[in-house]
Amino acid sequence: MPVYVLRRLAQTLLVLFVTSALVFGGLYLVGDPVEILVNPQADQEERARTAAALGLDRPALEQYGIFLKGAFTGDLGKSFVFGRPALQVILERMPATLELAFLAMLMSLGLGIPLGLYAGLRPHGFAARTIMAGSILGFSLPTFWVGLLLIMVFAVQLGWLPSTGRGPTTELLGLQISILTWEGLRYALLPALNLALFKLSLIIRLTRAQVREQSLLDYMRFARAKGLPRRRVIGVHLLKNILIPLITVIGLELGSVIAFAVVTETIFAWPGMGKLVIDSIFQLDRPVVVAYLLVTVFMFILINLLVDLLYSLLDPRVRISEAKG
Amino acid sequence: MRLRVLLAGLALALPLQAQELNIGLSTPVTTMDPHFHNLTPNNSIAKHIFETLVGQDDQQALKPGLAESWKALDDTTWEIKLRKNVRWHDGSPFTAEDVLATLKRIPNVPNSPASFAIYTRPIADAKATDPHTVVLQTRAPHPLLPNDLATIHIISAKMAGMGTPDYNSGKAVNGTGPYRFGEYVSGDRVVLVANDKYYGARPAFAKVRFRMITNSAARVAALLAGDVQMIEAVPTADIARLKKDARVALASTVSNRVIYLHMDSGRERNSPFVTDAAGKPMEANPLRDPRVRKAISKMIDRNAIASRIMEGEARPAGQFLPETFHGTSKRLSPEKYDPDGAKTLLAAAGYPGVFGLTLHTPNNRYINDEKIAQAVAQFLTRGGIPTKVDAMPSAVFFSRGSKLEFSFLLAGWGAGTGENSSPLRSLVATFDRSLGNGAANRGRFSDAGVDAMIHTALTTIDDTKRGLMLAAATDKALGELTGVIPLHYEVSTWGVKKGLAYKARVDQYTLAHEVRMTK
Repeated sequence: MPVYVLRRLAQTLLVLFVTSALVFGGLYLVGDPVEILVNPQADQEERARTAAALGLDRPALEQYGIFLKGAFTGDLGKSFVFGRPALQVILERMPATLELAFLAMLMSLGLGIPLGLYAGLRPHGFAARTIMAGSILGFSLPTFWVGLLLIMVFAVQLGWLPSTGRGPTTELLGLQISILTWEGLRYALLPALNLALFKLSLIIRLTRAQVREQSLLDYMRFARAKGLPRRRVIGVHLLKNILIPLITVIGLELGSVIAFAVVTETIFAWPGMGKLVIDSIFQLDRPVVVAYLLVTVFMFILINLLVDLLYSLLDPRVRISEAKG
Repeated sequence: MRLRVLLAGLALALPLQAQELNIGLSTPVTTMDPHFHNLTPNNSIAKHIFETLVGQDDQQALKPGLAESWKALDDTTWEIKLRKNVRWHDGSPFTAEDVLATLKRIPNVPNSPASFAIYTRPIADAKATDPHTVVLQTRAPHPLLPNDLATIHIISAKMAGMGTPDYNSGKAVNGTGPYRFGEYVSGDRVVLVANDKYYGARPAFAKVRFRMITNSAARVAALLAGDVQMIEAVPTADIARLKKDARVALASTVSNRVIYLHMDSGRERNSPFVTDAAGKPMEANPLRDPRVRKAISKMIDRNAIASRIMEGEARPAGQFLPETFHGTSKRLSPEKYDPDGAKTLLAAAGYPGVFGLTLHTPNNRYINDEKIAQAVAQFLTRGGIPTKVDAMPSAVFFSRGSKLEFSFLLAGWGAGTGENSSPLRSLVATFDRSLGNGAANRGRFSDAGVDAMIHTALTTIDDTKRGLMLAAATDKALGELTGVIPLHYEVSTWGVKKGLAYKARVDQYTLAHEVRMTK
């Protein structure tokens, strides 16, 4: 097992290197950050000064070389816009994104699995049909539109929840967290719901499909024939067997919820990483974009590794091979 | 009964310094260091905490700020008398030393992506002759010194050694303005608290919270939901609806930003996006001919663009700045829509229906930028110049534009200093690195006569004479030679909750200390 984990981490380094080269090269081709950063009134001398101050007057390969050299010591460069280490700028925004992702995942799991179970066990009932129809809506409505609709209904019309922004934060283990207080949670509810909607639909449909499939298998029939109480059949035998595909999907979706909450964060003015990276792309703040994608890729790889390890815990038949990886 | 009167009196007394004002900003504030990144949202926040020697009113006319008065002793020497009763937020008095320390710090802010050095560079020497008098020596006659000083926020000498991180954390933020630093959370909010010892009018709000809500629909929703009491940059699509909404009042004014078309008048042949009628690259460059440029201008119905595409949130433009600004021409009015006149001009120039163009435009920089470009292209196509539109994000657009990869482009210019030499010098003066001219002249328009007029104007200290010269340069560059084609001035609109009022500013700053309560 340790060898397996080590090998996976070595692969990670290679992936990170390739990502950095692609993103660096891509952004270099997009445009000249100086044009965006300087005040339009700036004359040629001021433009040259900006380029020199940010190291943009050097050839592209040299700039990348400097970046790589720094990256090996954990320094991903300074943000052009903020003048601070890019990694620091990103990590500062991370708690906001993580708590939103956590809340969204909690909502989609807490609602999705029970609803999916129900719809799978009673597939022809009216309620099940309603749930499934609802999940189609959750899939197909565009996030930005649903977000605005949620704001219009719950904030503007009903006035129950705040429309945008992040609530007051409290410190927990050195992180600024807002969802621990009711006031803070009120701010997080709408964006989390907006973010959760797609995942919720996905989990409902996946759970239902799994339940339908597994219910017909022999072990379920035996369990029932043995006279086990219904609760045990569903709660232990069925649930455990549908969890494996669910965990794969949840793992992948958790990554995407963290990395690509861009639309939700923009609409709800949620000060997370997604909003940061969008602003940074528009301003060609290359160090932040590169650092963000590296952090994201790293996170995806880590989550996948955890998912693989979880498999072996859940299903004794899955063995992690030392030899092949 | 008496108690009730007393209570009523109390209730009336309280709103004098109202509790809290929440403002929704359209663009993120990136720093609390007033000298780090010269960007409208940053400067707007800085103007609450810090002050400039020379102030600007809502029409960008100069007015006393931290300086009571200023005058040119000779062509290159300026004497600035400072206000005497001013104290820093930390209680220490404001003196000439602070001004000197500020001027010294500005060119030396590490990693600054857009510094204020463009405004301090003309100053060769600064000294204090007494604690409340500063004498500035310029390298050459520089009549715009007061305008430049209006952009420079004065920091206290004590904090001059502090770096940008100390400003962002609030430690070094020590100003003289009506509001003090409260809190700054990058990408989220800026909180300011009233400076009750301010020498000017007492701030109307005890606390002001700026929230960065970049999505315009969400910003409007936040205002309607009452989460914020004021928003900037109200989207044109919502204006008609908000005008009817009793909960909201709008404040708008024509801004100092003109939207214009720049044409490649530099290259004699092979301009990259000029094609013949069949769409093949064309060797000759018809855009060099002033008659062709004039014809293009005549093909465009500016009133239609202003009323339909901009929904009334624009005013057709005949020059770089609305006539109320210093140095503008009194003779230029928006070019009339005249397709027949355009045809005659094109025929006279020898290009009736023989070339096509591609109009390049940013699609996320100016209000409705891409839609305007589409409309312009349709007017031109109808007028006999088949025109395509290529829209792209501003990050790509400006790099390519400055590398002269376009033949015909749409852009905007806001005159930061609030007078006409700014656009003249940057857009139509001949590109010249050593003089710092034509930095945004992406059409490489060049005319020796115009250059000479701009040069003389920029060395004439007398305001009236300079104004006349700038106006004459504008007449020649725009009226006669059509160096660029002005389309319209953007209108900036703020939305406030009923009960509040804002005097809309031409420089697009959102200033809490200029928000008034109407009841």
